[in-house]
Amino acid sequence: MRALSLPLRPAADGDRTQQGVLVLFGLAALLVIACLISLGVGPTGVGLADLWAYLTGNADRLTTQERVILEAVRLPRTALGLLVGAGLAVSGAMMQGLFRNPLADPGIVGVTAGAGLAAVAAIVLGNGILAPIALLLGNQFLPLMAFFGGLINTWALYLIATRDGRTSTTALILCGIAIGALTAALMGLLIVMADDRQLRDITFWSLGSLGGATYGRIVSILPFIAVVLVIIPFVARGLDALILGDAAAFHMGIPVQRLKKIVIIAVAAACGSTVAVAGSIGFVGIVVPHLLRLAMGPSHRFLLPGSALGGGALLLIADSVARTVAAPAELPIGVITALFGAPVFLFLLLGKNGASMRDLP
Amino acid sequence: MIIAENITITRSGRNLVKSVDIELRPGCFTVVIGPNGAGKSTLMKVLSGEMRPDEGTVSYHGKNLDLCRPEDLAKCRAVLPQATQLAFPFTALEITRMGAVAHGALDPSDQARKALKRAGLHGFERRPYPSLSGGEQQRVQFARALAQVPKPVSDGVPNALFLDEPTASLDLGHQISVLETARDFASAGGIVLAILHDLNLAAEFADHLVVLHNGKVVKSGVCADAITDDVIAKVYGIGGAVGRLPAVHMPYVLPQSRHR
Repeated sequence: MRALSLPLRPAADGDRTQQGVLVLFGLAALLVIACLISLGVGPTGVGLADLWAYLTGNADRLTTQERVILEAVRLPRTALGLLVGAGLAVSGAMMQGLFRNPLADPGIVGVTAGAGLAAVAAIVLGNGILAPIALLLGNQFLPLMAFFGGLINTWALYLIATRDGRTSTTALILCGIAIGALTAALMGLLIVMADDRQLRDITFWSLGSLGGATYGRIVSILPFIAVVLVIIPFVARGLDALILGDAAAFHMGIPVQRLKKIVIIAVAAACGSTVAVAGSIGFVGIVVPHLLRLAMGPSHRFLLPGSALGGGALLLIADSVARTVAAPAELPIGVITALFGAPVFLFLLLGKNGASMRDLP
Repeated sequence: MIIAENITITRSGRNLVKSVDIELRPGCFTVVIGPNGAGKSTLMKVLSGEMRPDEGTVSYHGKNLDLCRPEDLAKCRAVLPQATQLAFPFTALEITRMGAVAHGALDPSDQARKALKRAGLHGFERRPYPSLSGGEQQRVQFARALAQVPKPVSDGVPNALFLDEPTASLDLGHQISVLETARDFASAGGIVLAILHDLNLAAEFADHLVVLHNGKVVKSGVCADAITDDVIAKVYGIGGAVGRLPAVHMPYVLPQSRHR
């Protein structure tokens, strides 16, 4: 739980390797606790002892009702929350590294919007002009569409906002606003075309929720998140070097253009697939990496795996709150992450620790 | 030996570098001087492999630069860039460690610590880079370059240090220290190329001077041949300046190496 005693100061010799490993262990423990909370909390509470019995293969202790709730509702929801949280936080951390800017976040700069637009297009046009593709891809149609939507926006943003390998915060945010506005306009067009059933689906996307968790959705997002997690060790060193600039990264032996392409695709994959299954959930991608930089330093060797663990934990806790705080009604999870995330974001912007506005290019 | 032949770089119709030949020999401290916009940084970018020339070739020890992979190149040459700003609070050690990792060090943290000591930054290891002064940041970058090529020669092949205005934001003492470290690197068989603006420092440290003007080599040779009234007048537009003392009542400090 060292992650909670913020901010940690670097070790006396300036090497935060041990510190990074320690925080990773703390985050793993936090994630286990978050999983237990997510499985146990709800209208029908499942006690810790019962949970333990169930997870160790001793399911007889539970009533049939408890078992059904666990298997049909809580387990898929927890698994989905884990994947979505990890995907959101890692895509945020990677994007901040790519843009060399701690304020880059898929939600703020319009990548989530692009993925959402593509997802809505998939819903509205899936029975129309896109029907052949929809039939061909089946379950993967929605996440793949969202992936390409996110990819187009990330690429456009990078091409427009980056000059000579540097991305200014102003250019980044302004481009994000412009791309977001264009996306919103196109979204409006699609909404006019949509029928009532499609409108309900679209509303779901704009709010963001883990409510629709099914094993099918888990299967459809799993390959995307798995690929993104697997490439972490291969891009971490390159992203560190990239912080010093394109030229310096090249001088240190990093194939810069290839690295950037891989990272852009990874950001779109993580962001697009999470949007496809859970809608747009904001602030996870910016808050988790920020808090972790305070705890373990900015090196991507620890920041990226830490974001995966911390993002999963944060989203599960937020979802548990969303389910219980106004029971029997359920709050959209995006409301919870924004209520928690927006003030933290502001604090980070204005605070003395971490990267404040003054330090930005 | 790093050899560049007939290098030409053209951008928006202007020749940044025009038909330049340059040889960087092991054991030799080569310094490029010239006014702003002479093409010094561009030439260094070509030599370090960062920029492909429009015409001409660069070879490292007989091998064409185009055939070298970035990771192999990183093991035999390091580059000190001009001022670098960071938006993330890496410590001085973590920055330096990146160089050691690029070198393929078994214990990169230890190698980084040694490099920081060589750059006179012992005790700065845990300081966040953005909180350092401009000169301190420059020395951290110098330490990173040293961590990337810690030895002047490895397996009989000389390594190279490229320094783009290494003294730009340093005080007099540290200017001398950095250039002495670079000269030691060259004396031990390494290749060093530096861009300098201070002609006195250039004359003090260079084994070989290259004077660049409007993208062309105006003069190339030992200091006494390169820094003459003729050359300085032609390149900088200041006549009769070489060896002229200031007025009697004006104190002046000429930067000079400590060990000589």
